[in-house]
Amino acid sequence: MDEIIRVENLTHTYGAGTPFCRSALEHLELSVYRGELLGVIGHTGSGKSTLIQHLNGLLRPTEGRVLLDGRDIWAEPKKIRSVRFRVGLVFQYPEYQLFEETVYKDIAFGPTNMGLGGEELDRRVRDAARFAGLDESLLNVSPFALSGGQKRRAAIAGVIAMEPEVLVLDEPSAGLDPRGREELLAHIRAYHRERGTTVVLVSHSMEEVARHAERIVVLSHGRVLMSGTPREVFSRGGELAEAGLDVPQATRVAMALREKGLAVDPAVYTVEELADALLALKRGGGG
Amino acid sequence: MLKDITLGQYFPGNTPAHRLDPRTKLLAVVFYIVAVFSCHSAWAYILTALVLALSARVSKVGARALFRGLKPVLFIIAFTALLNLFYTPGEELARLWLLRVTREGVWTAAAMMTRITLLITGTFLLTYTTSPIQLTDGLEALLGPLKRLRVPVHELAMMMSIALRFIPTLIEETDKIMSAQKARGADFESGGLARRARALIPLLVPLFVSAFRRADELATAMECRCYHGGEGRTKLHVLRFAARDYLALLFYLALAAGIIVFD
Repeated sequence: MDEIIRVENLTHTYGAGTPFCRSALEHLELSVYRGELLGVIGHTGSGKSTLIQHLNGLLRPTEGRVLLDGRDIWAEPKKIRSVRFRVGLVFQYPEYQLFEETVYKDIAFGPTNMGLGGEELDRRVRDAARFAGLDESLLNVSPFALSGGQKRRAAIAGVIAMEPEVLVLDEPSAGLDPRGREELLAHIRAYHRERGTTVVLVSHSMEEVARHAERIVVLSHGRVLMSGTPREVFSRGGELAEAGLDVPQATRVAMALREKGLAVDPAVYTVEELADALLALKRGGGG
Repeated sequence: MLKDITLGQYFPGNTPAHRLDPRTKLLAVVFYIVAVFSCHSAWAYILTALVLALSARVSKVGARALFRGLKPVLFIIAFTALLNLFYTPGEELARLWLLRVTREGVWTAAAMMTRITLLITGTFLLTYTTSPIQLTDGLEALLGPLKRLRVPVHELAMMMSIALRFIPTLIEETDKIMSAQKARGADFESGGLARRARALIPLLVPLFVSAFRRADELATAMECRCYHGGEGRTKLHVLRFAARDYLALLFYLALAAGIIVFD
């Protein structure tokens, strides 16, 4: 498969040379393949946020390299801004970055910084709003008049409007109600499908990553603990628990049933799959 | 990068200086400042410097930490010294085109540098050994008599402790918003003055919004716990003078009085 981002031997130390020095990442290796929807999970403090800030050059590696399309992003430090347009990063609680008079202008901030204007800018703003699930009628409203969920979408649209090759989202659904979560993630997934953009979804929620990601990377203590398809990862529930992570609820039910001697596949990870597995079991067992 | 700012940073510790009553330390600093301003002779400067060194020793604050506080004012110190060096009339020592260095100029420049250094390191010693909460408590107690004149002393002290408490929070927030806008291509580092000022808008607007939101939340939280200002409010930690406090006060008072009388 074609690698779009390759992280090699990445180490990051905060406050090097002071008594407060602390390593957030240690010799981390990671590949992001073109066009995939990658889920990154890890416990609080596992280095997720530090890692993603390296992907667009907000942080500079203490050691190691980040390659974008095979080129070291720090090869020319003066051109680091162009990397930020190619790898769009949506921070946790991105609604706090809104500042313009209207939602339209705020979404246009990124593309304007790229030097765009005119029709192309207008198209990008409207497309981005649509992908983020923001109604056209809200574009001329002040961002501070929006509801919490709408603000979040406006902020995400502001990054999508740069049309990055890789879209990185840090806990995009944090603090939303269950329905808002599902809707937002469905929009992100639709964007990924329609545009074929590579998406990196960072989360601490197993459920969320299990439902949406095609491939999962598990971080623990600044290293990659394991990676693979959701099925592969969740079949190693024991190791996940050791890293302080939970398997999805459906997987937990399946594992418990298996312990009771029922022949349920222990690697199911969505409620739908579990339901199918149980129905199959019932039919197979003759009711 | 922003985290490097030390603004009256407190070093927790358990030295005799840490255990002193904050009122004592505040008054001692006032006496010390009076002493430094009353110095005329080199001997007086040496004496006050020795007192500072002794105080730092008792507080277990290292020289490096003590002088780190000088970094932001280094420019002002150098500027004052240069002005005094070249513009004090008197006996000429050397001449550089239009600039004349005089014996009096050298002396005044040295004296001014010592004075500013002693003043700043002296006050820094206070913030190094006194937590912000203690500091505002002490200030509130010292300004207590002003309450009679309807000065809202408690409210001012409360505002001060809240402000101090939120400095690190705001710095962290600034860092976060800056990163988020940089991720959208904001450029804070290049361009002329006007351009840089404009580039700050995407940083300042969200910062203000969040500061107001925080203030609102804090006010609600305080009201939920029945905060209603200073009237009838009692303290968990009541300030009490101990023998060491009287000793310390006497020491610094003697220093100030001695320098005023003999120098």
